[in-house]
Parts: sequence; structure tokens; C-alpha cells
Amino acid sequence: MAYSEKVIDHYHNPKNVGTLDKGKKNVGTGLVGAPECGDVMRLQIEVDETSRVITDAKFKTFGCGSAIASSSLATEWLKGRTVDEALKIDNMDIVEELNLPPVKIHCSVLAEDAIKAAINDYREKNGMEKLTFKESVVH
Amino acid sequence: MLKLPIYLDNNATTPVDPRVFEAMTPYFLEHFGNAASRNHPFGWQAEEAVDYGREQVAKLIGADPKEIIFTSGATEADNLALKGVFEMYASKGNHIITATTEHKAVLDTCKHIEKLGGEVTYLPVDNLGMINLQELEAAIKPTTILIAIMYANNEIGTIMPIKEISQIAKKHGVLMFTDGTQAVGKIPVDVNKDGIDLMAFSAHKMYGPKGVGALYVRRKGPRVKVTAQMDGGGHERGMRSGTLNVPGIVGFGKACELCMQEMQSDTEKISKLRDKLESALLKLEEAYVNGSIEHRLPHVANISFKYVEGEGLMMGFNKNIAVSSGSACTSASLEPSYVLKALGLGDDLAHSSLRFGLGRFTTEDQIDYTIKAVSDTVNKLRDMSPLWEMFKEGVDLNKVEWAAH
Repeated sequence: MAYSEKVIDHYHNPKNVGTLDKGKKNVGTGLVGAPECGDVMRLQIEVDETSRVITDAKFKTFGCGSAIASSSLATEWLKGRTVDEALKIDNMDIVEELNLPPVKIHCSVLAEDAIKAAINDYREKNGMEKLTFKESVVH
Repeated sequence: MLKLPIYLDNNATTPVDPRVFEAMTPYFLEHFGNAASRNHPFGWQAEEAVDYGREQVAKLIGADPKEIIFTSGATEADNLALKGVFEMYASKGNHIITATTEHKAVLDTCKHIEKLGGEVTYLPVDNLGMINLQELEAAIKPTTILIAIMYANNEIGTIMPIKEISQIAKKHGVLMFTDGTQAVGKIPVDVNKDGIDLMAFSAHKMYGPKGVGALYVRRKGPRVKVTAQMDGGGHERGMRSGTLNVPGIVGFGKACELCMQEMQSDTEKISKLRDKLESALLKLEEAYVNGSIEHRLPHVANISFKYVEGEGLMMGFNKNIAVSSGSACTSASLEPSYVLKALGLGDDLAHSSLRFGLGRFTTEDQIDYTIKAVSDTVNKLRDMSPLWEMFKEGVDLNKVEWAAH
């Protein structure tokens, strides 16, 4: 199976690999997936407390090229958005942008789940109620 | 001069040796006859070529040429052996013993036989991929007709104790079939010394062409018969109908001859390169060999690089290096290799494995390049692996509650 140019580019030049200080109150961390399934994503956001704008986003991913590209792209899209705007990122946007084939759609689902998990972690740390999400359709 | 891309997937298929190709070419245009045409020179030439090929193939495995049944490949030979014995020996019994790490051509055929009313025992393997001989013997019952254990495994290269297995089979009056696809041409295989009654093997794993293989069927002590699974003109002593693939058989024969002549020198060269590759890659932290090191094909290394996913790893160099991975991230099931799982490896380690299959044409500079490319990619991906970071922080990954996905 051939990868799209964009997946290859994110794989070779991933954006925003790294770790934010999860001890900080304005940092939200989402860890999704499982080693047995062959992919684990950790996505972190740092939020400006007054404007609620995501000022920084980092990821680390164990997985195939599409999983790495999906998380790399997600961090790029997160930066500069408010937390509420970030919630609107849909896995199908990632599929479209990266031209993922059907067998790799689960990578985009994982990235969307990671975003939501990071936001919920941030909300919880800041005394807000955790949001509940509809179960993702594609797993 | 380093030649790219580098082919290290010789367990999947091998390139055709130019000498094999050369031997085949006249049989496409000039000598195109049907080996079954008995009444003109075109047929005679084809028949002569097939007879010679049959001799070359038989010689490599210490068989009589009459014991070679040509097929379209090892999958067909596996099917013919299992289904053919099941049908032929139905009055004697319906039980077959095999192992969980067999190739799908054996396992799926066994599943089919179960649907037809057969009974199949799937023996487990130990962490090196070996079956337990006591367990094998204990599994034999009065209805057992066949033991089907592969000579060497395609994913990890583990070589089974075929001689001991055939002795057990003989002691109980059971036939012994082995899928020799990965072993024949690579290591000495002798159907008489090894006590094999039936054996499947294929040309394209030993520098021959695709589309041709053989089933060895013992003729003496005991005389073994299989029921044909392909009906027609009664070719191949009635066991496999269908016009013979003359150029394929010529190539298969030549490939066998070359393997016989060059096995020792090939093995010396290839195993040295394999060992160099393996010891260099094992210098990486948390890298482990899968399968038996002691009883292993000389050209195979299967290594897991913990905390890195195999498909992602391959992507780092697959423009220049061809290998395969136990991670089946592309398959709909997302299930990693059943062979690695059968060794007791966790799914995570199975997902982290690469199989290197060296071959006759592998060079030392290719191995040097591969060592560097794989090591660099493992290090790069670990730098972006959350699991590696957690491991380094001393987190026990087995105790993490994963949000299963």
C-alpha cells in the first residue's frame, strides 16, 4: 500500500514531537490506544488561561506512519484554536487532509479521541465538568 | 557499489537466478511443446526437459524422480498432501496432527478438512517455536492418519526436529508430511534420512520461477498415495492433472541443481552476513530475537524492537530496504502475526517485529547500509514513542489502564 505524500512528509518531518509538563494546571494530556493494538497516541495541549487559546501542542505516537501523521497534523491544527474550536476537529477532516485509505481511518479516530481526552484532562484540572462524547463510529 | 533498493524479504520470494532464467528461455518460444504430446518432436523435447527437471528436483532432496509430483506451487502441494491423504486413507482414520505455527496453506486446508468431517489437533509451540515431541506422541490415536509439521518456519526460521517427528510417526504407523517450502534449497533436506513420506516445496523460494512447485510422495516403504484434487488428463501418475508448466519445471530443476552445488558456500556467506546484521541490531536497547537461535535457517533474523511499531519502522526505510513485519496494521483485523503470538509474545512485541530474509545476492555493503538505516529509524521513532518515554521513566506498561480502542 502506498502512502500519500502528506503522510510521508509528516512521518519524515513530524511537527511538534515532544512533551509538555503535565504537572502544569494549564496543560491537558490525552493518552489513547493500546500497545496490543499497535498504536498509542499521547497528545498534549497548553492553554492560555484568559483567552482559552491553545498556545502549544505536542505529541508522541507509537504506531504506523498514518498514526504518526494524524497526530502530527492534529497538533498543527490545535495551535491557535480555542479549546471550544478544537473540539470541532473531526476525524474525517484528518482523513481528507492526509488522504488516508479506509484501513487507516482508525488512525484519524485515534487522533480525534486524543484531542478530546486532552481537552477533558485540561477541563478536569481546571474545575470544569468532563465532556461526554458519542462513541466514535469507526474503531 | 551499493545497489538500492535492498531486497531482504527472501522468505516471501527470491529473485530468479539469471542462470535459471537462461535455462528457461528456450522453452517459451522454440521448445513450446506439450510434454504429454507423445507423437511429435515438440512433445518429445518438452517431455525430455520435464524428465531432466524432475531428476534435478529429486536429486536435491534425495528422492527418486518418480516420487516428484509437479504442482503450481507449495500451496497446491500442501492442499494435495492434506486433502489427498485425508481422502485416500479415509478407511483408516480421519485424524491429522499439525501445529499452530504452520503456514496458512496448511492451517486453512486443515480447517477445510474439519468441515469435511476430519479431526485436527493443533499442537502448541514453545517460546522458540518448537513443538514438544512428547505432546506429539501423546496426541496420536488409532484414527490418526497424518502428522503435518513444517520443516522450517517462514516467519522466524525455526527448524523443527523432523527426524525425531518422523520416527514417532513411523513407530505408530502414521504418515509424515512436511511443508519444506522454506527449508529445501537452503539447508540439507533428505527425504530418506529425514524419514519424510510427503513434502511440499516451491521453486520461487530458491531462486526459481513463481508458479511451479512439487509434492514429494514416497513410493517405497511405505508406498504412499494421495487422491487427486485436480481431475483431468491423469498427468503426474494420476495425482495431479493439468498440462505441465514446462519452462517452470526447467527453471525449478535448474534452481535445485544450483542450490545443491552452492548450498554450502551460500550458507557460509549468508549466515555470516545474517549474524553481522543481527548482532549489530541487538546492540540497540530492548531488541530481542524471535524464535530459536540454535535451530534456525541460516538466512533469517526476526527481531522485535520494543516500543516501536513495525509498520511505522519499515516506513522509515522502505524506499530503500524491503523487509516484512509481524505487525499487521494494514489488515482489517489489526491482528499481529499469529506465529509470533504462538511463541507467547505479547501483541505489543509482535507489533514491533521485523523479519529480515537474506539471500544469495545479498552483499555486505547492503547489510552495513541496513544496520545503519534500521538503527537510526528505531532511535528516531523511540524519540517520538510515548511508550519508550514511559519505559525510560520506569512506568510498568502492563499496569497502565489503556483506553482500548
